[in-house]
Amino acid sequence: MTTKLTTLATVSTLTTATTASRRSFLKTSALATGGLMLGFALPSSKTEAQAAGTLYTPNAWVHIADDNTITLISARSEMGQGVYTSMPMLIAEELNVSLKQIKVAIAPPKAVYVNALLGAQITGGSTSVRDGWEKLRTGGAQVREMLISAAAAKWNVDRSTLRAENGMVLWGKGTGGKKATYGSLAEAASKLPVPEKVALKDPKDFTIVGKRTKRLDTPAKTNGTAQFGIDVKLPGMVYASLEQCPVIGGKVISFDASKVKGMPGVVDVVQIPDGIAVVATSYWQAQKARKALTVVWDEGTGAKLDHNVVLASTRAAAESGKVLPIGKAVGDVTTAMKGAVKTVKAEYITPMQAHAPLEPMNFTASFANGKCLLIGSTQFQQGAQGAVAGALGIKPEDIELQTTFLGGGFGRRLEVDFIVQAAQISKAIGKPVKLVWSREDDMTHDFYRPLGLNQVTAGLDAAGMPVAMHFKTTSQSVTQRAFGLPKDTFDPFMAEAAVAGYEIPNTQHDLVIHDSGMRVGYWRAVSHNMNAFANESFIDELAAAAGKDPYAYRMALLKGKPRYANVLKLAADKAGWGKALPAGHFRGISLMEGYDTYMAQVAEVSVKNGDVVVHRVTVAADVGHMVNPDTVEAQIQSSIIFGIGAGLMQEVTLDKGRVQQTNYHNYPVVRMNESPKIDIVLVDSKEKPGGIGEPATALVVPAIANAVFAATGKRVRKLPMTADAIKSA
Amino acid sequence: MSVKFHINGKAVSANAEPDTPLLWVIRDELGMTGTKFGCGAALCGACTVHLNGSPIRACQTPLSAVSGKKVGTIEGLSKNNDHALQVAWIKHDVPQCGYCQSGQLMSAAALLKTNKNPSDAEIDAAMSGNICRCGTYPRIRAAIKDAAATLRTA
Repeated sequence: MTTKLTTLATVSTLTTATTASRRSFLKTSALATGGLMLGFALPSSKTEAQAAGTLYTPNAWVHIADDNTITLISARSEMGQGVYTSMPMLIAEELNVSLKQIKVAIAPPKAVYVNALLGAQITGGSTSVRDGWEKLRTGGAQVREMLISAAAAKWNVDRSTLRAENGMVLWGKGTGGKKATYGSLAEAASKLPVPEKVALKDPKDFTIVGKRTKRLDTPAKTNGTAQFGIDVKLPGMVYASLEQCPVIGGKVISFDASKVKGMPGVVDVVQIPDGIAVVATSYWQAQKARKALTVVWDEGTGAKLDHNVVLASTRAAAESGKVLPIGKAVGDVTTAMKGAVKTVKAEYITPMQAHAPLEPMNFTASFANGKCLLIGSTQFQQGAQGAVAGALGIKPEDIELQTTFLGGGFGRRLEVDFIVQAAQISKAIGKPVKLVWSREDDMTHDFYRPLGLNQVTAGLDAAGMPVAMHFKTTSQSVTQRAFGLPKDTFDPFMAEAAVAGYEIPNTQHDLVIHDSGMRVGYWRAVSHNMNAFANESFIDELAAAAGKDPYAYRMALLKGKPRYANVLKLAADKAGWGKALPAGHFRGISLMEGYDTYMAQVAEVSVKNGDVVVHRVTVAADVGHMVNPDTVEAQIQSSIIFGIGAGLMQEVTLDKGRVQQTNYHNYPVVRMNESPKIDIVLVDSKEKPGGIGEPATALVVPAIANAVFAATGKRVRKLPMTADAIKSA
Repeated sequence: MSVKFHINGKAVSANAEPDTPLLWVIRDELGMTGTKFGCGAALCGACTVHLNGSPIRACQTPLSAVSGKKVGTIEGLSKNNDHALQVAWIKHDVPQCGYCQSGQLMSAAALLKTNKNPSDAEIDAAMSGNICRCGTYPRIRAAIKDAAATLRTA
């Protein structure tokens, strides 16, 4: 099992080498930072089963009770992407149970639940299906075989004469046959050794995986019963609102809570490292009383930051910073560039962005007698456990963490700042507490998507085709901040989609890592956002320079790239590329591989008084094997709408270190009336599964930018594409 | 001093200060957590409830304003998750993270009460105050049309 997982890990994403290094440095750096995360080794299921040692828990993925309740474990957080259904589908396929027969539980922090593609128990990076594809089917198959063995022993028959179907083990047929429920066999089965090797079904025999399947969490999400972090209630619980320095990283010098303490409901006012917490018997009382607080801050160096400073320092770094190669250079770019008939050069800027999930950051903590219970919405169970253990000076095993449904994640809930804060407040007041941030807290204290500066140069031959290309991306490393990646070390999360699929004889791709001083975080699609915007805008610029159709130009560079070429053609055909459009409508096209998914998009837009209206987006995607095609479509729809907001509307700016965006009025997101028609073509592919939670977010932006160019002749190289940006382009 | 009103047909009395937003009375005092907090500024619609049948943002409605009135929340939309909209929501697998969906359903329910055949523009007008950060809008639109068709034939 370990070997299989390693194989899966090493063939994923960019190149074998990058992914291997991604995984190993996460391991190494986490260990180096004093055990922030725990249990990195990939355990075999055998160890887990022995360690569990409990009846009815044959392995980490399947729990069977004697009343025949079958619980399948999702080791990933449900934040909208459908893992609450897709993870159990993979287990159920091999366990031979229907989804109607099972319940789902979200895993606690535990080594066996580590995401092999990321080296920790993390939900992110569109990895859940890629990581779980063999692991979860194997987990289901192991228990199926153990149940069969238990029945064979019970009935004293040869196990090869038994079969497992629909939650039952069966022998023979009709009246002379025998049958037993999984529940009745679970105790005996759980005492058996976990088989090391199990046969997995041929995908053509799948009855669950690959079928359009209703999400298991939908009913609870239509009647208000689904429990999110913010809905948690513990006996004796109080509520906290936390005043943090308006400049991220600033510290309390002094505070005056004299006006706060007599206010209705106020229980306590306590200082924690990140600020001053006002605690009351209801959230509203805490939030209202917080306004009466006076705090003197040491704002720190962050007070000197603004978005112009960040851009200027990034541009300076692009000139003089240490250059880290992305993959191997191909051919000889310098010589080929000299021989080119024409040179095209462009610079692209992607702004800083906030995550702004609809559920504001919150967590519930209860510290008592040296132990801490944590309940809430998180993408990073081990990170929360490790960070809280460090902050409270207790052992990780003295922390119990329960994961609720997440009201959106998008990378924000990979961070554990608000979880540590809740735990610190609970310890300080000696009571269970729910810390709830306001929307303003959330917008102004995010871990922002870093600014991206991409500079690309190409040399064209007499026919206008590229003979050489140099690509340089300069941005900030989230991995340095979050996982202690050493300075000037290659960060694969900054190089995603940097190398496009096009066949160009001489290419060089470079990365410069620059610490701008911003607090940065992984944001849906991460560096695909910067790199795909640059690559797919630039190839369009080359087509324009060559006087060629952007679709045909791309296709001419994909002769040996069938998966790229296939999705490009499918998207173009479905969108009616080259055919007439309503007056004032124009198309733009884009193409990318990300998370092992090949995708092309065509955006249809109009531009009125500088305002871009996206009418329709057509997507063709080859995601390899699909688990739930309906979820694949939902994630594409979701990603596109998320990306439209990023491309057209959103930008984080600062004044004296203070983030100026505070709520959805000045950090707008796409609404119903701005949501386009979305047409999706899915390739029936038997390739290994790709990720689908993110790629369309990155790819819709250049499709729109290219359509805007078609509509206006203006090339927008700095996002977002507001009316002003188009005017000044 | 308590404020008396009806919630989902039941008489209740709330003891929170009169300026407390209805949202927090419903969630923290009455313990009904289906109605969600998203922005606190009537910008996102996650807290949409009905006040005497009309959709309002509970985060901007003080407790004092609902005295003697009828409040409807997601918990009262149907007894068995079988309002035409809930049935359509399940059929189209609308929710992703699900956090905004109570508010979406309450806005949609208010729309269909007065208009059983809404056009795209009318759906936009009724629903554009409700943010879905996951972008479930295409499915919300399809589900509203589906539910409207069900209600027309009912």
